[in-house]
Parts: sequence; C-alpha cells; structure tokens
Amino acid sequence: MREIPAAAITDAIAKLAVEATHYLPADVEGAIRAARATEKSPLAVQVIDEILENAEIARERMLPLCQDTGTAVVHVELGQEVHVSGGYVVDAINEGIRRGYAEGYLRKSIAARPFSARTNTGDNTPGVIHFEIVPGDELKLMFMPKGGGCENMSRYQNFLPGMGRKAVIDFVCETVDLAGGNPCPPLIIGVGIGGTAEKAMTIAKHALFRPVGSRHGDAEAAELEDELFAAVNALGVGPQAVGGTTTALDVFVETHPTHITSLPVAVSMQCHSARTRQAVL
Amino acid sequence: MSDSIAITTPLTDDVIERLKPGDHVSISGVIYTARDAAHKRLLEMAERGEQLPLELSGQIVYYVGPTPPRPGMVIGSAGPTTAMRLDPYTPRMLELGLKGIIGKGGRGAAVRQAIASNHAVYFIAVGGTGALLNRHIKKAEVIAFEDLGTEAIRRLEVEGFPAIVVNDCRGGDLLEEGRKQFRTSDRPIPAGQAAGG
Ligand code: SF4
Repeated sequence: MREIPAAAITDAIAKLAVEATHYLPADVEGAIRAARATEKSPLAVQVIDEILENAEIARERMLPLCQDTGTAVVHVELGQEVHVSGGYVVDAINEGIRRGYAEGYLRKSIAARPFSARTNTGDNTPGVIHFEIVPGDELKLMFMPKGGGCENMSRYQNFLPGMGRKAVIDFVCETVDLAGGNPCPPLIIGVGIGGTAEKAMTIAKHALFRPVGSRHGDAEAAELEDELFAAVNALGVGPQAVGGTTTALDVFVETHPTHITSLPVAVSMQCHSARTRQAVL
Repeated sequence: MSDSIAITTPLTDDVIERLKPGDHVSISGVIYTARDAAHKRLLEMAERGEQLPLELSGQIVYYVGPTPPRPGMVIGSAGPTTAMRLDPYTPRMLELGLKGIIGKGGRGAAVRQAIASNHAVYFIAVGGTGALLNRHIKKAEVIAFEDLGTEAIRRLEVEGFPAIVVNDCRGGDLLEEGRKQFRTSDRPIPAGQAAGG
C-alpha cells in the first residue's frame, strides 16, 4: 500500500490545467506542420500557418491556445495499491480544477442545471472524471480540457451487426461532413466500436489521448485506422472547412467485444487544439 | 499574409461589394462582441422598441467569449465561437443594420439568404487561434450586459484582425465551394449540418 495525499492530487491537477491549455503537445504540432507540407489549398495553408503561429504565441505570452478552455475531462488510472489520504479523491481533483482555472486565467464554461437555469458554476467545476483501477502503486492523471465546438459534434449510433466495417467508415465520414467547420478541423477523431453505448463513447474519447501518428496494436484495427484516415481526408472539408486536403490529423480506433445483436459505433471529435497533458504520482 | 485585403469599420456598401468568398481580410477599427445571451437580450430590447446599447448600422459583430485577461493585458485569448448557434438571431440582427459577422463554421440556409438580401458579409476567423487574435485587439471595453461575464457585449478596437470571407453579398459560400473543389471522395455531400456546436 502506498499513500498519496489528496493535496498532491490537487496540486498536480491545477498544474496540468494551466499547462494543457497553453502548450500544444509536440506530436500535435508536428502533425500540423507535416500537414502543411502536403496541403493543396493555398488558403488552407494560410489557416495552418495561423494555427502554428498561435501555438508559438500561446507558449511565449502565456495566453490560452483557445478561449474555450473546455470542460475539464480527467481520466484517472488508479493503482490498486494506492491509498489516497487526507480527503476524497474526487474533491481533490475538483479543487485542482478550481485552482488551475483561477490561477491560469482560464474561461469558466460550466453551466449547472443543463436543461433549465444553466447558471455558470463560476469555477469550471465539476470536471468529468473517469476512474480506471489498474495494477500497481501509481496514480496517473490524464487531463483534457475539452472544447464545446468539437465535443458537440460527437455522435453515436448502433448498426445492424452484419453491416460491419462499411457502416463504421460511412458513419465516420458522414459525421465529419455534417460537422463541417464547427469542430475546428483539422481534427483528431476517436472511434469506439463495440461494447455498449456508453462503453463505445468512453473508448472513443479515451483514444484521443493517444499520440498522433501511433497505430493500434491489433493489425485489423490499425488497417481500419489507415482506411478511415484516407477516407476522411478525401472529403475535402479542409482546415476550418475552407476546403482542402487536411481534414484530419489522425483517426484512432478502439474496440471492445459486443453483444451478438449490436454494433455500437461512437465518434469522439477533437479539434486541432488537441490539448492533453498527463502526470504520474 | 501576402495578399490580405485591408478593410476598416464601419463597413460601407462598396467595400462589401468588393469582397468575395475566400478573400483574406485584415480588419481595423471598432467591432462588437456578442454571443447567445447578448443576442437574446438585444433582440428583446429591439422588440420592445428600446434604444440598443450600440448602433448596429454598418457594424461588425464578433462571436467570442474571451478568457479573463492576465493583469496588464486588455483581453485574454479571444478566438471565434461556432456561428451556427446564433443562426436563430442573425436575420433580425441584419434587418437592424448589422453588416458584418465574424464567427467560425458554416451558416444555415436562412442565414445565408439573409446575408445576401441585406447586402452583408460573414467572415470566419480561424477557430482555436485566440492567442494570435489577442494580439490584434488593442482595446476592450464592456459596454453592456456586464452581468453576463464572458458573454457581455464588448467594444473592441482591432488592428489588422485576420479573417476570411465565407458568405458574400451575392450568396456565395466558401465552405460549400471549397469542399467541392478539394473533394476526391465519391461520397455525396450530406444535406444540412449537424445540430449543436
Ligand atoms: S473546437 Fe477547439 S479550437 Fe475550436 S473553439 Fe472549440 S476548443 Fe477552440
């Protein structure tokens, strides 16, 4: 058994919130730079240049990459040998969000009573927090400030089991076409296939933590990733939907065994401001 | 930004006339911020015949909800928000004299039509470049609905603010034309847009 004080979790989350919203991950920036070299539309190249310049300015002037500093999505991998002391882990995480969003001058975008009053909670809490119990005595915090523009374009549908991979490809392409410029392409797309409705969406979202350019360990899933990537980039949507050959920076597939009657497919949309940051305690 | 067209506010008819989809522009002058809640209030005031806190005639409205400024800065990160959410309010805003809009993403058919029939223009700024756009905002002042926080109406003084013409006064649409031009897929383009945003 290893003790981790709740206060250390709060500190780590506050730091992750500020860093994630200001520093574009190197893999994302590298992929945007690579896309610039192959992009066929001059106007799209200009859009990409503004995106790259923005990342530089955000870093240097400590300005958030995007004004939508998102819902604080936190995925926790909690080692089963860990004991959190001095407070409830969820409270510790929310306190970290509260502090990070205040200290970092981040936008508070969370509305309480979603179908009625929609009052701003004022401190960007509560976060959307997922726990996974894993072997070991470490605690891993995976932070994602998730913007509304792209999150709102995410989609779920169940298909007839026999429809197979064609259903997946058609659904992903349709989702990208319908979303147009709203999710701020170039996109990173998480595709969750199988499980149940909530399982498919959870693995689709979790896939967005993968490094851009990585491929699934399963050959069949990796091949589907390549095929989806090519299919989406053939749509012509382009950066900010101005038309172009760069619609996605990558597509990730995650799968889970499913019921004999089901083919759940979830698409989690991530904008080019693909902000994630992790810490291990 | 080699061939950006410099324009100043308020927008005149002949400037609007010259703009076409795909033009990159640099906007200087005064623009006003407004999002969902501010639009709702503005139009309720107009409905009641009250005087609006800003003169819309010839002006540009920017759909943005900035981050709070760090000490010493005039505004925080300040990029565009999804324009489609404002579609229900836009035709009426144009009738009241609004000539330009800056947002991100496409507009619905009714709005595109209203933009053309009111001889106006819809621009996008690049979504997710709020730090870059911050540099072009020289002054920011809340002029109405302070209680709305990030959604309050602000008067911004901008210099060389980069944007792209999407819908011009002739009914053109860059997003539609651009997608067709670079599409190599055989898939038909589905009608409409996803709801939300
Ligand atoms: S979709 Fe992403 S880049 Fe675009 S405004 Fe939202 S958070 Fe920012």
